[in-house]
Amino acid sequence: MKRNWRILLFVAGAVGIAFLFAIAAGPLIHPRDIRNQYAAAINSATFAERNVTDTVSAVNFDFRGFDTLGEEFILLVSVLGSLVLLRMIEDRKGKVLRDALDEWRDVGPSDAIRLWILAMIAPKVAFGIYIVTHGQLTPGGGFQGGVILASAALILYLGEGFTVFRDVISHPATEIVEGAGALGFLFVGMLGWIWGRPYLTNVVPLGKAHELTSGGTIALISLATGLEVAAGFILLLYAFLQENLSPVEET
Amino acid sequence: MIYLQIVTLALVVASGTIVALNREVAGQPITVSLFGLILALMFMVFQEPDVALSQIVVGAVGLPLMILLAVAKLRRDEQTMQREKAREKAPKERE
Repeated sequence: MKRNWRILLFVAGAVGIAFLFAIAAGPLIHPRDIRNQYAAAINSATFAERNVTDTVSAVNFDFRGFDTLGEEFILLVSVLGSLVLLRMIEDRKGKVLRDALDEWRDVGPSDAIRLWILAMIAPKVAFGIYIVTHGQLTPGGGFQGGVILASAALILYLGEGFTVFRDVISHPATEIVEGAGALGFLFVGMLGWIWGRPYLTNVVPLGKAHELTSGGTIALISLATGLEVAAGFILLLYAFLQENLSPVEET
Repeated sequence: MIYLQIVTLALVVASGTIVALNREVAGQPITVSLFGLILALMFMVFQEPDVALSQIVVGAVGLPLMILLAVAKLRRDEQTMQREKAREKAPKERE
């Protein structure tokens, strides 16, 4: 009886949404036929005025850079908040801690998996750096590359466990990189002030299009964002993984 | 191109339904991960490679990991509670 009522409720809701969706989607035109002045302006400005081939990066880090600054600090603040919330509590300090997930592992990861993961880390880091530094040329940029860099640390945990992860990801250093990335964005924005221009003006030489040095501040901000995102995600992982440590019981 | 878009949209619907219907707690992160990958594929097909890149890492790796860790912690807390209950019972039986 209860199940029937739930199905009835679902069907009523689904039909209602389908009806409203049909009304809303009816007059929509195909994306191909949209003549949007903003899009046209952005498309012509990215290559002509910034020597950049990836429009998305140009919009994120230059034309609407101030929005991205806000997003960057949202990330910074949420990472900080999680770290404060998940900080090491008193009764576990100074005790021998063990990864609680090991309790469910009858055997550790096999040697083949560990070797494969160790072999994958270097290409993953290289790919992350490639995505961060080529944000102005190809799809990607600071955020995407930063998360890829952080996932290199994650697969280290999958292969070697928490202790090795903690030894490699030195905690204070990661925090410094996190702060340096966020401050880097802030300071690159201030560069314009030296020449009396508004905040986040692209004052660095734009370089030649299709080259790594093109884009001026776009490349610099992308790099700063990459550092911040990579360090932020590693800190988040560290905080969450630390939650799964349990003091070893003396028996 | 339009057929590819229809196929990926159908895949998104199917995998999303699978995630919603899956009642197995440990299985949900895995299905969410698959759902994330298919969403990334959809972004790719709709010509948005930047979003697809972020979606692959955040949706297919980051989110399932956070869910998995939370589930692991909940299960461990449950186990320690059961252990403590067993300990409380044990002395009474001796008496």
